[in-house]
Amino acid sequence: MNFDFPDELKQLRAEARRFLTDRCPPAVARRALEGTPPDRALWSELAAMGWIGAALPERHGGAGLGQLALCVLSEELGRSLAPVPWASSVCLAGEALSAFGSPAQQAHWLPRLAAGEVVATLALAAGPGPFDPARLGGAVSAGRITASRVAVADAATADLLLVAAPGPGSWLWLVARDAPGVRVQPTEGIDPTRPIARVELHDAPAEPLPGAADAADVRRLIDRAAVLAAFEQLGTAEAALTMATDYARERYAFGRPIGSFQAIKHKLADVYVAVELARSNAYYGAWALEANSAELPVAAAVARIAGCEAGWIATRENIQTHGGMGFTWASDCHLYYRRARAQALALGSAREWKHRLIDLLATRNRPDRPE
Amino acid sequence: MDFDDTPDEAEFRAAARAFLDANATLRAPGAVEGYRRGQDKPGALEAAKDFQRRKAEAGFAGINWPVEWGGRGGTQIQQIIYDQEEARYDVLTGIFGIGINLALPTICTWGTDAHRARFAGPCLRGEEVWCQLFSEPAGGSDLAALRTRAVRDGDGWVVNGQKIWTSGAHYCDFGILVARTDPDRPKHEGLSYFILDMKSPGVEIRPIRQISGSAHFNEVFFTDVRIPDDRRVGPVGAGWKVALTTLMRERYGMRAAPGPDFEEAFALARSVTLEDGPALATAAVREKLAEWYTRTQGLRFTRFRTMTALSRGQTPGPESSIIKLVAGNKLQEIAAWGLDLLGMAGSESGDALPLGGLFEEALLYAPALRIAGGTDEIMRNIIAERVLGLPPDIRADKGMAFRDVPTGPR
Repeated sequence: MNFDFPDELKQLRAEARRFLTDRCPPAVARRALEGTPPDRALWSELAAMGWIGAALPERHGGAGLGQLALCVLSEELGRSLAPVPWASSVCLAGEALSAFGSPAQQAHWLPRLAAGEVVATLALAAGPGPFDPARLGGAVSAGRITASRVAVADAATADLLLVAAPGPGSWLWLVARDAPGVRVQPTEGIDPTRPIARVELHDAPAEPLPGAADAADVRRLIDRAAVLAAFEQLGTAEAALTMATDYARERYAFGRPIGSFQAIKHKLADVYVAVELARSNAYYGAWALEANSAELPVAAAVARIAGCEAGWIATRENIQTHGGMGFTWASDCHLYYRRARAQALALGSAREWKHRLIDLLATRNRPDRPE
Repeated sequence: MDFDDTPDEAEFRAAARAFLDANATLRAPGAVEGYRRGQDKPGALEAAKDFQRRKAEAGFAGINWPVEWGGRGGTQIQQIIYDQEEARYDVLTGIFGIGINLALPTICTWGTDAHRARFAGPCLRGEEVWCQLFSEPAGGSDLAALRTRAVRDGDGWVVNGQKIWTSGAHYCDFGILVARTDPDRPKHEGLSYFILDMKSPGVEIRPIRQISGSAHFNEVFFTDVRIPDDRRVGPVGAGWKVALTTLMRERYGMRAAPGPDFEEAFALARSVTLEDGPALATAAVREKLAEWYTRTQGLRFTRFRTMTALSRGQTPGPESSIIKLVAGNKLQEIAAWGLDLLGMAGSESGDALPLGGLFEEALLYAPALRIAGGTDEIMRNIIAERVLGLPPDIRADKGMAFRDVPTGPR
């Protein structure tokens, strides 16, 4: 039994935590909340440390550390609330290009992504309701795409858009953001530290990713990204738990620390349990991702559901533990609360993943049972 | 990352399997360990003792005990591997758990060579069965508030008082007993730890019928029961420290709670039709099932993390403390949900129900899982204080002589 990350990745995680604690305290996310434009300098620093290309092969400017490296980095970026396009540019767009791009597309885009010179994102949602690749809509022909997508993270600052749409020869299309027929309209969102936009494409030039042959390929991309998202959620949830615990030790009421009251202790113990279950399930997702296991869809769903649950209870009860102060703009509580909710909606809500999980289990001959 | 045994572990697992194949029968496919069955069957105790004797002869009893105690001197991971394998077979070994996992390790740690020489072997071979005489009507979660008195009398002690929730007292040979030897000291300081021969004059055992109707545990009354001083374990007044050795082991469990679990809930959902069609096509049912699968898997992988730490010779982290808390609640929820799914017919009993009344059994057993061996509330205190570093509860009896501690109307 070796159900843990290898030592070199634990070391990477510790380095990432040190760097982000210093370089990216919650004040950095707060600046993004207050409307300061995204900090491309931070993104360049992450690139210089090799994080953005951590999983990419060395020939494309990456570090060749594999998917497990993305897991530990996702956890730490989630913990720090870093306002960077990590999920968009690395976990979705970069992964899509790596999995489905032509050799020429990979050779052109991946080194630029890894260097942080180009930011990319993936446009998935066509409107309200569960994500279903078969109902995406949009028209693609003769290298031109017409489609509209909502809640596209980081679209306003991205250089490159990947758009999910069924079309001749592919389900994923590359569109340059500054191409004619591309309109990106920033919209207000639940988490301004992770900005979103509407994307309207009208007869815009689009290039297919030739490997994304069908809806199942899009689904696979989302499953893989869901594991990384679960690690982000884990980091955010654990940070909120730490914030609540620290406050419960320091804040006095009725002549004693509020953390000595069982109403607070037991609540935070329940948060801890949710976070640990999320960690265990995320680790299984990491294994399935790295091993490219047939278990990946189930593992991703389970990691995702547990991550959403941990993020929700941890950030919600962090506000509650802080009382009235936790409800103020000045407190950092809402940064975690907002981020956790944004994480829980991107890639589809926990509700959708629960249905997907049951569909997957129902098609198995005999569901898995713990020994 | 992988889930594979190391070559040594794989070899050990194969040996365990070979022993079990030769000495036990596999549990029927789909059969879930129930609550009423097992030890209530006639002849079950004899069969269990017989299996335990063969297990000890083959070197699979006390795998993680040191060789000096008569154990195998194996690793914790070997113990877990054996337990995993044994769980697939239809054998009853739970009755030896208190002796092998709690009593003897405590006695061998704190007691004398004579204690070890006298008690370790018969315990390991299943010849003598042990019970735990800790909880009292006045001291459960607040165990150190126990009131059973042991008074020095010549070369021994005279015990008067009452214990409760004593599993198996009616068939046990010996018990580990914590009694108050000095009520003038604060409550943790006036206790001592003894080995009690359950056949001693003055020991009276009365079964307690639990809500399921079974009687697996008892009240045990002591009227002028004599215990020789050479059956005391650890110094006079050190009983709390000795008891902590027992308690720490009690809370460290690796086995999953018995079913029904996700798989049985899923099977039930497949068999029932609801207002909107098959239960498995109903959104509320699907979402519940998904939540339980996620929690079940979360516990499974938490055990994997603990096993990984053990496999590397590390002390497992606090993650193992969550398993008990989650498993008991999940079982209770699944049980109630299963019966609800059946509607009015769900209130029928036993074999009339799908899966032989498994959900009903679990409903009536699940409260025990949330209380025994540390209540949910105590587990949350442990997590909050030891893991999260939150301040301890404020204790109204701190530093007070035990005899002055308020007890409320009783």
